[in-house]
Amino acid sequence: MKTLVQAIEERARRVGRDVQFMEVCGTHTMVAFRTGLRQLLPANVRLISGPGCPVCVTDVNYIDAAVELCRRPDVIVATFGDLLRVPGSDSSLERERAAGANVRVVYSPTDALALAQECPSKHVVFLGVGFETTAPTVAWSICCAARDGIDNYFVLCAHKTMPRAMEALVKDQQVKIDGFICPGHVSVITGAAMYRFICEQYKIPCVVSGFEAWDMLKAITLLLQQVLDSRAEVEVEYSRSVTEHGNAAAQRLISEVFEPYDASWRGIGTIPQSGLAIRPQYARFDAARALTVRFGEAHVPPGCRCGDVLRGVLTPLECKLFGRTCAPVHPIGPCMVSSEGVCAAYYKYEKRVAA
Amino acid sequence: MKRDRILLAHGGGGSLTRELITELFEPEFDNPVLKPLEDSAVLVMSGKGYAFTTDSYVVKPCFFPGGDIGKLAVCGTVNDLAMQGAQPCWLSLSFILEEGLPLTDLRRIVQSIGRTARGVGAEIVTGDTKVVERGKCEGLYINTAGLGRIQTPNRWGAAAVKVGDAVLLNGFLGEHGIAVMSQREGIAFSTSVVSDCAPLWPLVKAILDTGVEIHAMRDLTRGGLAAAVSDIAEAAGVGIRLDEAAMPIGREVRGACDLLGLDPLAIANEGKFIAFCPGADVERVLAAMKQHPLGKEARIIGEVTADPKGMALMRTTIGGERIIDMPTGENLPRIC
Amino acid sequence: MCLAIPAKIVELNGTTATISVDGALREVNVSLVEEPRLGDYVLIHAGFAIHKWDESEVKELEAIRAATDLREVLV
Repeated sequence: MKTLVQAIEERARRVGRDVQFMEVCGTHTMVAFRTGLRQLLPANVRLISGPGCPVCVTDVNYIDAAVELCRRPDVIVATFGDLLRVPGSDSSLERERAAGANVRVVYSPTDALALAQECPSKHVVFLGVGFETTAPTVAWSICCAARDGIDNYFVLCAHKTMPRAMEALVKDQQVKIDGFICPGHVSVITGAAMYRFICEQYKIPCVVSGFEAWDMLKAITLLLQQVLDSRAEVEVEYSRSVTEHGNAAAQRLISEVFEPYDASWRGIGTIPQSGLAIRPQYARFDAARALTVRFGEAHVPPGCRCGDVLRGVLTPLECKLFGRTCAPVHPIGPCMVSSEGVCAAYYKYEKRVAA
Repeated sequence: MKRDRILLAHGGGGSLTRELITELFEPEFDNPVLKPLEDSAVLVMSGKGYAFTTDSYVVKPCFFPGGDIGKLAVCGTVNDLAMQGAQPCWLSLSFILEEGLPLTDLRRIVQSIGRTARGVGAEIVTGDTKVVERGKCEGLYINTAGLGRIQTPNRWGAAAVKVGDAVLLNGFLGEHGIAVMSQREGIAFSTSVVSDCAPLWPLVKAILDTGVEIHAMRDLTRGGLAAAVSDIAEAAGVGIRLDEAAMPIGREVRGACDLLGLDPLAIANEGKFIAFCPGADVERVLAAMKQHPLGKEARIIGEVTADPKGMALMRTTIGGERIIDMPTGENLPRIC
Repeated sequence: MCLAIPAKIVELNGTTATISVDGALREVNVSLVEEPRLGDYVLIHAGFAIHKWDESEVKELEAIRAATDLREVLV
């Protein structure tokens, strides 16, 4: 009987060469660091983080737009806590709140909707950030607003989807990816079949993993086995939550309210069909259109390497700003301030200063 | 992005609070008594050691499961004195009351203050009352200052912590923070977790009575255990290694933390502290703690090492290792 | 990106339910799962139930969480 770690060590030995597996879910990044599981891996098995942190891949100009909105006296900005401290070009929502702007941290888009009902004289703008797990909940809130005539509820939409981004990383070729640890909760919504094209077209193994350390180690074992067998298949480690086809009701809601468009991912650039935009029939709930929001230039602070870190090209330790000018108390880029950013993870859990 | 205003996180007991202290307060008030920045200042008067401390209480709501702002106002200050090995003797009591505060509420709180102070043998010897217009404070704010007689032969503090010391914790984490959070509007969750708010001097006295040389104690208020160990590790220039498997975290607190996306190590406690004593004597201290109602669940949670200097680490339940970070200061509900 | 936790339905009111995570209670929306029932375990994200678990799946998670040092967990 072998232990899980021994199973990994044994397979890694047989593989021989260095392999690099990418996880593309910020929560997986955090689990890997918080549990210290990275230290249990053999030297030739590396875990790299991809752009799975929705806050990290949101362009600076989105934060700037949110900041501009919250400065309007007739607007209440409602946001997940994750976005509060992210620096825009010259301010953040946290700073605006301290200066008197109406910014509320909420746990769910339904809280924002309730806020709109409680404050009929204000425009309540919910910051819609997140991947396929979050998108259906925001879609629901828009449908509900439409059904109940809550016409002071708006969403500033920056939702993104995973498959095209994963494909872009593979085609990028700057990073060696020997396997993907696929996001667990995105897959609950979309179903595991979504990743099949990566295996078939690009011959890269994909394992959908749960969020306990045990799940991730099991997923790594499965990936190593696929490498050994020269297979490239979609396997579901997280079978207690993930099915082949996902949550149909959630998928229906997403396609009812949103349509795909070519979204800009911070540090990566535009990825075709990787974003979700609010459909024309719901345009009256789209803050960008209904409240005339101007998106400025998306410029990145000098020296900030978040984009390269997000693609797995660079580790945080290789960024000159890491731990020096960029640290959780005074972050420069989103990878350091986001609760799931890989730079924040390194700083918080593993190492403090750039090499 | 420059920081030109006070943020909520500045009051969180984490890295932003620390920044305010080191960048604004310390340079202006620089003196050797302030410098150690422990829970209490140590004064020497007529050759005897006294601990002196102050705290303000702005908790919302005023009445929460397990206590109220009055009980908290006494416990918080008495506990800061206890962390310096001082028996609480005299307290000052300052009220800032909001116009419109019901007298019945104030009476309840005052009675709670009296009861708690008497219970621990401390006297309210001076006070002040101010009233501000409706809306300018939330019900009431309280400030207390405390003076106590130090009962330990040696000076407690981060400077006394040595490599080889054991780290003890007196009980379950996260109860106060979760209890209070559940009562705040905008968070909308409920729990039967009750605040652990309690005066710690009797337990500290029991530890003192063992005769073991204690090196430091720190209560785990804002910022929780994470803030306390990161701070001490840095101040003492030692490594502190904790064991995640040894952490006493109740199921209900863990459930609430899972629900809100919070780290139980960063949540405020009002009846918990860590103590540092020589490794060889830890069993004696632990036995004494477990005899006392406030220490029934006491356990050894870690040790002080030479490396990594200035940092607190934790061995995780899966056998890995991670840094215990100083929290930034605001516990935000997250989706990610 | 997706903090989601398993929770038990302790009250049901049409599209909303009160769930319990080891005693911490919160109201969530259950319109994304099919036929939720009292006592069901659901996965919660951003105030919505996104998946319903059966008994064996809950037990699987409990077993995983009960395992401590993974170097000693049998595969």
